Amino acid sequence: MDDHASIKVQAPPVQLERVPLVGNQRGLGWLTDRIAGVIEGETPAWWKMCFAISLTMMTVCFVMILYLMSTGVGVWGLQHPVMWGYAIINFVWWIGIGHAGTLISAILFLLRQKWRTSINRAAEAMTIFAVMCAGIFPLIHIGRIWLGWWLFPIPNSNGIWPQFRSPLMWDVFAVSTYFTVSVLFWYMGLIPDLAVMRDRAKTKIRKIGYGLFALGWTGSNRHWSNYEKAYLILAGLSTPLVLSVHSIVSLDFAVSQLPGWHTTIFPPYFVAGAVYSGFGMVLTLLIPLRRMLKLEDIITVRHVELMCKVTLGVGSIVGYAYAMEFFIAWYSGNPYERFLFLRNRAADPFIIGPMFHVAPAPYWWAFWTMVICNVVVPQFFWFKKVRTSMLTVFALSILVNVGMWFERFVIVITSLHRDFLPSNWGFYAPTWVDILQYLGTFGLFFTFFLLFIRYIPLIAIAEVKGVTPQADPHHPLGGAKVGGQH
Amino acid sequence: MPAPYAIMAEFDTPAAVLQAAGKVREHGYHQWDVFTPFPIHGMDSAMGMKNSKVGWFSFIGGCTGYTTGMLMIWFMNAVNYPVVIGGKPMFSPLPAFPPSYELTILFGAFGALLGMLFLNRLPRLHNPLLKNARFALATRDRFFVVIESSDPKYSEQETRRLLESIGSQHIEMVEE
Repeated sequence: MDDHASIKVQAPPVQLERVPLVGNQRGLGWLTDRIAGVIEGETPAWWKMCFAISLTMMTVCFVMILYLMSTGVGVWGLQHPVMWGYAIINFVWWIGIGHAGTLISAILFLLRQKWRTSINRAAEAMTIFAVMCAGIFPLIHIGRIWLGWWLFPIPNSNGIWPQFRSPLMWDVFAVSTYFTVSVLFWYMGLIPDLAVMRDRAKTKIRKIGYGLFALGWTGSNRHWSNYEKAYLILAGLSTPLVLSVHSIVSLDFAVSQLPGWHTTIFPPYFVAGAVYSGFGMVLTLLIPLRRMLKLEDIITVRHVELMCKVTLGVGSIVGYAYAMEFFIAWYSGNPYERFLFLRNRAADPFIIGPMFHVAPAPYWWAFWTMVICNVVVPQFFWFKKVRTSMLTVFALSILVNVGMWFERFVIVITSLHRDFLPSNWGFYAPTWVDILQYLGTFGLFFTFFLLFIRYIPLIAIAEVKGVTPQADPHHPLGGAKVGGQH
Repeated sequence: MPAPYAIMAEFDTPAAVLQAAGKVREHGYHQWDVFTPFPIHGMDSAMGMKNSKVGWFSFIGGCTGYTTGMLMIWFMNAVNYPVVIGGKPMFSPLPAFPPSYELTILFGAFGALLGMLFLNRLPRLHNPLLKNARFALATRDRFFVVIESSDPKYSEQETRRLLESIGSQHIEMVEE
């Protein structure tokens, strides 16, 4: 190494210097103490309060499922012709939220976006819990829940197998694979951090509990080598997986003949929407958490800004997809498509309706909520002032998910309620069971999420350490005697 | 007194341990390893390690998954109980593709994780290193070079002298 001593590398000019990923030059020990300290400290009062509320709401979720099972799907607002209501809206909404976790952990990993390390663990946990909430709905909406096993590749009592020419079967495979692979990816990332918890444990129970799940991890470099390769492969496999899952969900709609569903743009449009809502949810969760758990040096303002930029990018793709749907409806010349987009969706009583001399669409308010939240709201993220104001970002991130819920409402309900035959038209309204069932899944989600932040390191300790200058053997802070700064 | 399991040298920075690893390798040791809280870039080549074989496990898993999916759907819908639906063919690779694609990823992911654990001989319930109190810092902010006493070149004085000469701050014997 000494023969390189003559090489001098200058520090980069000030304008090219980047905001560091970990604030205040925090070292490796500090990072370990801070993140593990979240778990080791006293249970905060706010955690107990939130947990009690979540647990109550989760109970509501299960009570509503029991009521549905014991009485029948008539307790929901489903009426001909709208036979897909809240259940499918909520399914698509939750599974869309689940997309940010894998995007952050897999796609940003392949793109070498080092900032992902501060947020990937929490985002992956969010993915798993969101997919669990999503998975409830298709199972319970089939009416006879005890026949749910017909979805699995098992012959029924007449020896008939499920038939794979239906996209609904593809969906079963896509969603269950997504859940399983997300859990594998999450767990593999956890192994070194569970070892951290094991090595710090003060009590026997913790030592054994974390130790068992750490599988005897020591941090050996021969292990790290295999581990990093496996991580790369999992990232490479999860990337086509995450793109395929919402594509296949969209095929549940697009393969049908219904105007408003029968659209080739659906797969990429659904994936963009999913990533948009997922990042919205990550922001909603992490902005309060970084403050409450004093993680501002690890999840910095720069991280929030970068997430806002992703939200802006995918949000604009969503807006483009909306515009393209309208263009194709007009350009195709198909009267049913034109009818649907104008008279079932866009025609409001004030501007568009009077402009085209048509009656207002029954659900015009849902459509315009969607447009405002998904097309207008993300455009605020062009401004640095907005992106760096945590309160504003938090408020906008909630609007993102309100908008995405209404998007699924618009797709499902407005397409179904008035299709080809006027004699076939109807109106859909949810019942109290629908609404409590939906709110109940929030209880399920937050119960699991709160348990996660209390018992599992919510930031990938080993990965965050790896992106600090202290971890770089060629950086002065990493002990390098020669070489430059970068 | 039981025979020592290994000799363990502690380092403070990734640069120091990277340099030390290169020196240990130059001296021809085989049963040795470096323990770090996070993977250090360049360590694999400093230790003279080859590319990991995890990829093969994942590849075989993926191929198995795709074949399983296609064969399963063909058997169910075209052989065991064919049902005509909308005049469509009993088996066509097109609708069978999405589930097979998902199974490719599923089995490939299991291959990667289980292959990694297999190559690392994990889970492992007993490890002499994990009984050492000082070694707990390997998951925090310290870096360790460990040379096992089973190495043919191992000698208590010589190895200790080598580790001292490459700048370790703290050297300790690890009991079996």
